[in-house]
Amino acid sequence: MKTISLTVDGRAISAPEGQTVLEACIAADIHVPRLCFDSRLEPYGGCRLCVVEIEGMRGYPTSCTVLAADGMVVTTQSPDLHSMRTTVVELLLSDHNISCLSCDSSGRCDLQDLAYEFGIETPRYAGETHKVDLEDDNPLIARDLTKCIACGRCVRICEEVQGASVYGYHGRGFNVLPNTPFGGSLTESGCEFCGQCVSTCPVGALTDRRAHFRARAWETQKVESICGYCGVGCTVSYEVKDGRIVRASAPLGRGVNGGNLCAKGRFGWSFTHHPDRLTTPLIRKNGVLVEASWDEAISLVAEKLGAIVAQSGPQSVGGLSSAKCTNEENYLFQKFLRGAIGTHNIDHCARLCHSSTVSGLAASFGSGAMTNSISDLAQAQVALVIGSNTTEAHPIIGNELTKAARRGLKIFVIDPREIRLVRQASGWLQLKPGTNVALINAMMRVILDEGLANREFIEARTEGFEALETMLLALDLDDAAETCGVPLDAIRTAAIAYASAERATILYSMGVTQHSSGTEQVRAVANLAMLTGQIGHPGTGVNPLRGQNNVQGACDLACLPNCLPGYQPLTNRGTLDRFCDYWESDVELPETSGLTVVEMMDAAVSGELKALYIMGENPVLSDPDQTHVLEALESLEFLVVQDIFLTETTAYADVVLPAATFLEKNGTFTNTERRIQLVNKVVDAPGQALPDGEIIVALSSAMGLAMDYDSPSEIMDEMSAVTPQYGGISYRRLREIGGIQWPCPDDDHLGTPILHTKTFTRGRGEFAPVTYRPAPDSPTEQRPFVLTTGRHLWNFHTNTMTGASGGLRELNPSGYVELNPRDAKELGVCDGDMVRITSSHGSLDVPVHVCTSQHSPRAGVAFMPFHFADAPANRLTGGELDPICKIPDLKVTALSITRIEA
Amino acid sequence: MSECSCTSSQSPEFDATALEAILSSGSTVEGALVPILQASQDAYGYLPRPALEMIARSLRLPLAEVYGVATFYAQFHLEPRGKHIVRICHGTACHVRGATEITDVIVGELGVEVGSTSEDLSFTVESVACVGCCGLAPVVLIDGETHGGLSTQAARRIVSKLQREQTQ
Repeated sequence: MKTISLTVDGRAISAPEGQTVLEACIAADIHVPRLCFDSRLEPYGGCRLCVVEIEGMRGYPTSCTVLAADGMVVTTQSPDLHSMRTTVVELLLSDHNISCLSCDSSGRCDLQDLAYEFGIETPRYAGETHKVDLEDDNPLIARDLTKCIACGRCVRICEEVQGASVYGYHGRGFNVLPNTPFGGSLTESGCEFCGQCVSTCPVGALTDRRAHFRARAWETQKVESICGYCGVGCTVSYEVKDGRIVRASAPLGRGVNGGNLCAKGRFGWSFTHHPDRLTTPLIRKNGVLVEASWDEAISLVAEKLGAIVAQSGPQSVGGLSSAKCTNEENYLFQKFLRGAIGTHNIDHCARLCHSSTVSGLAASFGSGAMTNSISDLAQAQVALVIGSNTTEAHPIIGNELTKAARRGLKIFVIDPREIRLVRQASGWLQLKPGTNVALINAMMRVILDEGLANREFIEARTEGFEALETMLLALDLDDAAETCGVPLDAIRTAAIAYASAERATILYSMGVTQHSSGTEQVRAVANLAMLTGQIGHPGTGVNPLRGQNNVQGACDLACLPNCLPGYQPLTNRGTLDRFCDYWESDVELPETSGLTVVEMMDAAVSGELKALYIMGENPVLSDPDQTHVLEALESLEFLVVQDIFLTETTAYADVVLPAATFLEKNGTFTNTERRIQLVNKVVDAPGQALPDGEIIVALSSAMGLAMDYDSPSEIMDEMSAVTPQYGGISYRRLREIGGIQWPCPDDDHLGTPILHTKTFTRGRGEFAPVTYRPAPDSPTEQRPFVLTTGRHLWNFHTNTMTGASGGLRELNPSGYVELNPRDAKELGVCDGDMVRITSSHGSLDVPVHVCTSQHSPRAGVAFMPFHFADAPANRLTGGELDPICKIPDLKVTALSITRIEA
Repeated sequence: MSECSCTSSQSPEFDATALEAILSSGSTVEGALVPILQASQDAYGYLPRPALEMIARSLRLPLAEVYGVATFYAQFHLEPRGKHIVRICHGTACHVRGATEITDVIVGELGVEVGSTSEDLSFTVESVACVGCCGLAPVVLIDGETHGGLSTQAARRIVSKLQREQTQ
């Protein structure tokens, strides 16, 4: 990028081309007063405070809207400018509810700072003031428009970054204020409660209601860490007073989120201070969980597991690790099960979300992770978003898509539901659940027919194309369109746009993976990218969005039954021995894979698996076929659950160990784009609760495999020694250069933002022709609906954390089944009516949500979030597993729905 | 996020036929919003909420934006309007020559506050800035017809006549 030179207040500064004068000044640490500017927003020029003098220009241009140019001579301070700015601030103050004594923004209010800067003791002007009566009924965002300065930052961030457009400028002249349509409450106006408006409001008009009167701005200490919800891995700054978190915000310009946060990240931390947190170990005595000491609990677990290993062998023990925990803890967890117990029976929730990604992309490309970075989405011209409700499940990536769409990115949403991203999209392909393969094959056939296949790329970088081509040429396009239920024209438009774009990317998530043909669906996606050569450079790639904050890391560090850290195969005796030697373990590890989650449940029922150690998972809600899971847990001889709360799963535990939350420990998380980032302890854990890693260390040592680390940093050093992708990762480097994307093989390596740039990890990319297979549990006459499960913006996973975070909890407190208005009408049900829904696995009574959109979900599709214990969607799911990765089919379950008479 | 589709989005009192015709004949190109709002107001006499919601959906614009435009222009009305529109000029000249007293008389006579509409939808009374005929001050516009040089008695006479005509 070209650098330009300009002079500001007699000082020579330089700036990259494209920066505004204001941005150049900020970068050079030159103070220019401003109110309507936020680096996250598009230039606006509303408040007239950043006016400057520029030689050769008439008048006083606003520096936030003028691009810096070579040779420009700028003056930011002069008597004229001072006088104009003072007048602006005085005018704003004349209509400002000055209540700094108890205003929650006092000490961080830009207007307060400007009044001080310009020495305004009493406002010079008096006149009409705004009197605003607001519908303000929500638990999170407090609005007081008597303090509003009408800078429009809330309106713009809601539109430009969030894409929600809840606020608008209403009225004219003096009466213009940002408000919702018809002055409705935020709740009824479609607010997403991301609090982005709170984060950008320069005064006290929009504040975090939950922080009111809890701490003055200068009383808190800020600790920066990584959010523990989804896989985006946002940088969050937590403000702490007296050992308790008061509020959370995102530092501008830092981390993958660059100052943005979603509802969960901003408001979802108070669970950590919840009175129901587990504070001591619990041991079941006479059927009841009673408090115990750590010594007692650890001895009991060691003794019981030891006895079961001695009696039934190491393969009778299994462990479920947690994608919520740190890399260090996941590494220790598998080290404990492999090195101390001697089993590969280790798995975690990735089995149920992206195991098909790991198997499918590993086969096609050689590496089962997101190929590109979040930040390079901005460079794409076309994005296919397949089976990902991005704005709800990965909200900050949703923001990136929204911003890019404003700059011309064409988004094609492929989803049975009219997800929020459809508003920003150029096209919406509303396919039938489970028909991705038919759709993608049809797109590839169109691309072939149109001559848009990238023959050069196919020739140079891939193998196996002939078989794919043969399969595609035999495809009947009309049949395929009929199968997936999408008009052929729409398929053609999306295919041509994707293939002919210079840079096009694919984002996908569980709408692709959670099928018994998940691996095949992922391979179809990979085929599409390779056919067009849309991989290996910025703005392209195949990008699976990973669900949990550290699911990538838990996979990388081998909390999986079929590999060792860094995806090293366990079928090689030498590798196994090398690990055991390194760990100073004398166990004999098998050369065959252990059991996956679902297989462990089967083995428990059949009696082969006798003990299960669960760290931070809640399979009773998160795993398919709840009845079977309950049977499995009841069949176990010994169940240890380590968690932060009592959960639906601890109800079956013999021992419950109290763990620390991600806010109470140090370590690292690896986000969805393979970025390893430091997690810092924000507050102390309550009572005797301990970080999961410390519990594993105590348990392992009690069972004879000594673990001796002074800090998580030492565990990282061991991990990087045995995990090739993490070879160059150390806490020192993470502190110095921030997050690093693996592979990072050595200390001089800065990480890898884009995979497969020159060659694929496996050498040549492998095409695998896959043909559409109907989902095994497709609708029948008795069960005419398709149940598809998913997520909600305000809830996370089994709601353990979000359901214990006041404010967030109230927004979407309980389960429901979503139907489209026509299906609801045919069933004779209205919003809120109860229905009985029944699959071959179970039955539930649940209230109906009728969508406001006439078109969503697709006719015949019922959608349920899986978060809620009161309506556990997974009581209805189950059935066939993908033969390769063992992921269950969670997106297509045949369902009958009947109205329950009140 | 969902609400019962039985009630809200298709309001039973709102007859969408006219709006559907406007939306299907009018183009949905960028910039079509103001003409569509004008045509809708012509059809319904004002801009009912369900109409704004339908326009937003159809043009794929945020409701906040449509509402913003509708509240920005003085020509658009979000509440039902009276059959007769009484506009009282409050420009400088009219103000000096007794617009306030005239307003009191008209409000008293019609029983309608400034800026509102009578319950039977007969009259809407509005205060406007200069209407551009200061020589005739004080001025009242009734259904577009100018009445100038008014005394309070004259103003009372005119609106009483209007009221009589309305009740006949």
